[in-house]
Amino acid sequence: MAQADAGVAPLSMGRPRKEKLVTADGMPLKRALQRAERRRKLAAFLLVAPLLAFLLTVFIFPIGQMMWRSVDNPQVVNALPRTLEALRGWDGQELPEEPVFAALHADFMADADRPRREQAIGPLGIRLNYEVSAARGAISRTARNVASFEAPYREAFLDEHRLWGDPNLWRIIQREGRPLTMSYYVAALDREFDEDGRIVQRDENRRIYVNLFGRTLALSVGITLLCFLLGFPIAYWMSVLPMRYANLLMICVLLPFWTSLLVRTTAWIVLLQQQGVINTLLVQLGIIADENRLSMIYNMTGTIIAMTHILLPFMVLPLYSVMRTIPPSYMRAAKSLGATPFTAFRRVYFPQTLPGIGAGAVLVFIISIGYYITPALVGGQSGRMISNEIARHMQQSLNWGLAAALGTMLLVGVLILYWAYNRLVGADSLKFN
Amino acid sequence: MGANGAESGFVRFDRVQKSYDGETLVVKDLNLDIARGEFMTMLGPSGSGKTTCLMMLAGFETATFGDILLGGRPINNIPPHKRGIGMVFQNYALFPHMTVGENLSFPLEVRGMGKADREAKVKRALDMVQMGAFSGRRPAQLSGGQQQRIALARALVFEPDLVLMDEPLGALDKNLRERMQYEIKHIHNNLGVTVVYVTHDQTEALTMSDKVAVFDDGKIQQLAPPDDLYERPENAFVAAFIGENNTLRGTVTRIEGDACTVKLDGKAGEVVALRVNVEGEGAKTTLSLRPERVHIAPENGRFPNTFDGRVEELIYLGDHIRVRVSLAGNDEFIVKVPNSTSGRRISVGETLRLGWAKEDCRALDPS
Repeated sequence: MAQADAGVAPLSMGRPRKEKLVTADGMPLKRALQRAERRRKLAAFLLVAPLLAFLLTVFIFPIGQMMWRSVDNPQVVNALPRTLEALRGWDGQELPEEPVFAALHADFMADADRPRREQAIGPLGIRLNYEVSAARGAISRTARNVASFEAPYREAFLDEHRLWGDPNLWRIIQREGRPLTMSYYVAALDREFDEDGRIVQRDENRRIYVNLFGRTLALSVGITLLCFLLGFPIAYWMSVLPMRYANLLMICVLLPFWTSLLVRTTAWIVLLQQQGVINTLLVQLGIIADENRLSMIYNMTGTIIAMTHILLPFMVLPLYSVMRTIPPSYMRAAKSLGATPFTAFRRVYFPQTLPGIGAGAVLVFIISIGYYITPALVGGQSGRMISNEIARHMQQSLNWGLAAALGTMLLVGVLILYWAYNRLVGADSLKFN
Repeated sequence: MGANGAESGFVRFDRVQKSYDGETLVVKDLNLDIARGEFMTMLGPSGSGKTTCLMMLAGFETATFGDILLGGRPINNIPPHKRGIGMVFQNYALFPHMTVGENLSFPLEVRGMGKADREAKVKRALDMVQMGAFSGRRPAQLSGGQQQRIALARALVFEPDLVLMDEPLGALDKNLRERMQYEIKHIHNNLGVTVVYVTHDQTEALTMSDKVAVFDDGKIQQLAPPDDLYERPENAFVAAFIGENNTLRGTVTRIEGDACTVKLDGKAGEVVALRVNVEGEGAKTTLSLRPERVHIAPENGRFPNTFDGRVEELIYLGDHIRVRVSLAGNDEFIVKVPNSTSGRRISVGETLRLGWAKEDCRALDPS
């Protein structure tokens, strides 16, 4: 400011200043300010840069990769370029004619000539096996013997494996002969393509994922609700206790954080299993009969109990931090104004805890919707969640495309829920000014 | 004023004691009558028990022993929300998630009042504190002084007979505090409501109250109207706590009627003082003398007490000059000299002849 004044010294202070403000040596003030700020901005950026780089490499990039993998479909295009070309005019009804099979033969032969690492027939078998369960065997067997095939190739292929005579396989080859596919998403929604290429629901007994998504959602809502019901009183109690006792209680709440997840989960197994501590105690106290031992683990109950325990601190901490800032004088004021303790709580105290409830609920919900280890260990069959299915496709069935599609749907679902939360009760509306 | 001709004992503390830990008493044997319509201030340093008394009256603390009566009825076992006492809190305690209008409407709603009545009363209360235009705002959008007014309106909107105020002006700056003092006083006069006001600010207590109870050490040290409190303190604590005060210590050598002669410690001379709180001849005493009652260079024989003092320091305060004098072994002796054109100039190091009347020098308990 002093510099600016020096620059416009000829003008008196009282008159309106139309001229551009300049510093003492004539540089425009705006530019001088920018220059002065530049160093600070650079410092700020340098402070953030390592984390930014870290996030980009281990968070944004892998998520992008996952989303790409859910639509990426190179196998058929890479392995069967000639066949796809020959199939172009095919109407999808009858079995293709000889030229297609000749092209197929040429593709197989061309692939055998490639160096081993670039061969595309193996991945093709895996890819087609997702759609038709016998495809992998058929293709690898054909690949072994294709060198001895002679024209007419159509008969030769049909002799080698009956699958080559199935128009459905050819329809799949034609459909998946594009570099991008939505078949993983179709499968992830318990749907499939029918003979006319329309998307229809799967048979009832083969539907898995939609129900699983529903169950995951219901479990997460239930666990969030339980965490709230258990966490609210304890957070309130902590907020009114003297600091010394509150800290002690806080340590108890945080204990789960300081114990290995595996240890905690194992402890629940010890407690809850049929021959476990609780059941044995109940039997010995004569509350339940020996043959009616409760099954509290390896089912949905187990998942709910263990996950509520693990996620409780995520509800208690935001609640506590909000409650701690609510002065007791609000409740006193409400009572002095004539409100019964319950009314004072409902009308004055509770609304002020809403930011904490919102933060805690979103935290618990989002963590639990993607929870993996605990349901895997104590969930059994009925307590499985969508993340377990994703892990199965990653590790056992190796259908990474489907895993990626399920993961992407989970991610998008969470983002939509978060967006909706923000719109409905969002952080903005919870600030009281 | 409200106190005149009002029924006595509208609020009564009867031998009230309060202890938090069972070992020390925070309030020791408190007896206090507050008349209907009176503006009573509890004044005292922090930890003197005044806020505890207020909280017991409001119902947020229970008396360990003794009765608190409101309108002749013991209220020890009545919960706060049934006492019908309005209260203004130190930090205002306006509900942040409600608008100003909703805040004011709250006590009426919980009383089951209809919407039309509520709106009329809220409007009247807001107009009373000149905040009629702010009904739709949230407390966080108001300045401290505005919040203070809303808090006041909210404590009054349900027309309680008794309003408690717990250092309500503590968070305001000096000018605003003075304006609010007058406003609260005017509202009190207009409504005739009984007010119990807690503060540690003596100016606030003196300007607003009908009566002031000075608290220290869990006891009422003196209960008197403001002018009495300032001019006739009954003990050394009150004299020192209210206003500025020069203290001289000594031993009473002679008592004659309401006068006593005090020999100052350190053989600094003798003072004739008003006997207020002296046990008898030979007892130790504290002499209290207001700085503005000390005269500079009095005519000979006008005052029984004259001393020579050396000027140590001059502090210019605009309307008057504070002169710190070393006198009779006390070098914290303050004299207030009005800043008038006719006044003589005083300089540091000079020796002044100072004198004061017997009536202005009060012999109190030793402290």
